[in-house]
Amino acid sequence: MNELSGINQNAKSKIIVRGLNTYFNGFHALKDVNIEIPANAITVLIGPSGCGKSTFLKTLNRMNELEPGCRTTGTVILDGIDIFHGIDAVELRKKVGMVFQKPNPFPMSIYDNVAYGPKIHGIRKKTILEKIVEESLRKAALWNEVKDRLKKSAESLSGGQQQRLCIARALAVKPEVLLMDEPTSSLDPVSTEKIEQLCSSLKKEYTIIITTHNIQQAVRISDSAAFFLNGTIIDSGLPEKILRYPKDRRIRSFVSVI
Amino acid sequence: MPYWRKYRDYTIKTIVWIFALAALGFLFWILSDLVVKGLPNITLDFITGEYNEYKGINGIAPMIVTTIWIISVTLIVSGLIGVFAAIYLAEYSRPGPIVRFIRFALDNLAGIPSIIYGLFGYVFFKNMMKLGFSILSASLTLTIMVLPFIIGSTENALREVNRLYRDGSLALGATKLHTVMNIILPCAAPRIITTMLLTVGRIAGETAAVYFTAGTVYRYPEGIMSSGRTLSVHIYMLAKETGRRGETYASALLLVIFISLIHFIVNAALRAINAKRI
Repeated sequence: MNELSGINQNAKSKIIVRGLNTYFNGFHALKDVNIEIPANAITVLIGPSGCGKSTFLKTLNRMNELEPGCRTTGTVILDGIDIFHGIDAVELRKKVGMVFQKPNPFPMSIYDNVAYGPKIHGIRKKTILEKIVEESLRKAALWNEVKDRLKKSAESLSGGQQQRLCIARALAVKPEVLLMDEPTSSLDPVSTEKIEQLCSSLKKEYTIIITTHNIQQAVRISDSAAFFLNGTIIDSGLPEKILRYPKDRRIRSFVSVI
Repeated sequence: MPYWRKYRDYTIKTIVWIFALAALGFLFWILSDLVVKGLPNITLDFITGEYNEYKGINGIAPMIVTTIWIISVTLIVSGLIGVFAAIYLAEYSRPGPIVRFIRFALDNLAGIPSIIYGLFGYVFFKNMMKLGFSILSASLTLTIMVLPFIIGSTENALREVNRLYRDGSLALGATKLHTVMNIILPCAAPRIITTMLLTVGRIAGETAAVYFTAGTVYRYPEGIMSSGRTLSVHIYMLAKETGRRGETYASALLLVIFISLIHFIVNAALRAINAKRI
């Protein structure tokens, strides 16, 4: 997949990024980023803190635009649509869901958390909402743990359960792409493993992009990887190749430290 | 520790204690004075009766009704304007000259003595807008007076709502308006309600601004265009014009109990909110 030419959508690529630059009040956060994200696979973005991987992730659902002083140039094509000019940000975020580093369930019931997304997109009928809530919680492997207490506060759940609830909440709006910003960095090993298994089962239906600075995790779960350093991708491709046997000296030193 | 240091330490401690006791003492003195002179005059007739200095009836019911009217109208108007202004400042405004000017204006409004608000209300609402001495004139005047507090406090409440909730909602494809109405406002609601309660206390205790705009007529108000006399104005009129000490103290005691009750509720509510957050 390193042989790229033009912006013709490859049948297997969900997202194509070309010459992407992002600035925050003059700070050059992303420098000429080019990558293709394969469909129905897990792509891991890896790199040290502050390398721009989270900024890149938040470009894909245009959350960066909410930060004051943010400016973006370049193109990001999602299924043939230019996400900066061809689609409204609200519409885009419906297609591209996001799970955050820290679990952030809303301070309301488990049911209302999952139903929030479908409700804002106009679904009012209770039977349909109930179906979506159950379906989403099942997909997030949380249904069996919470089916008897859907009306309980989401804050009563454990950290790992909260994160799976956030995944269910994102799935409830039926996205095509799921962005996950270090989704396991605040969780214990058992919860982390559950989330990793969940990601592997979700990739049949969704295109998943995860940021992490955990090499083992990246190798375990990913089908494709990109290494970020100082706002640019210095290598991308098969995780085995770029993380286990890195050619680049900078990746080698990062991998060996961890 | 050298002996003089110990000596200095004790001296400062003693002085601090004396001043703290003095402050408490004054509070206790005023309260006990109110209770001793006021409590014997608080009867059912006093609370439910009308007032007429010529007929010798000394009730305060019309003043209580007027006070409730003014509190209600002021809360509705100032609450609506204040919360929307705070939403603008906390969620929509971008730093710049306009926001700086709004903050400058709010800070200055907050520092103006209430009698100036009264004079402004008298000239602008009563005379120019031809609203006359009325509950509406007084409520609009009080609205301007309490707005800086409501806006400032509500803005803080909105800003303290966890940013992660906001991002979570926006990332699901919610519009900004939807996020504000469904996530941010409900989260900030306890703090906003607390703010409104404190405002009630402030309105109930305000005298100068009301005296100039609602008037001093001691009958039951018939609507928002009626003039009327609030409890605090009544205390002033009783003391100044009749010299009826007993009724004055009784009215004052009721007002103090009402305002203290509000502060008590607010403190309990704030403790509950803070406990929940931790």
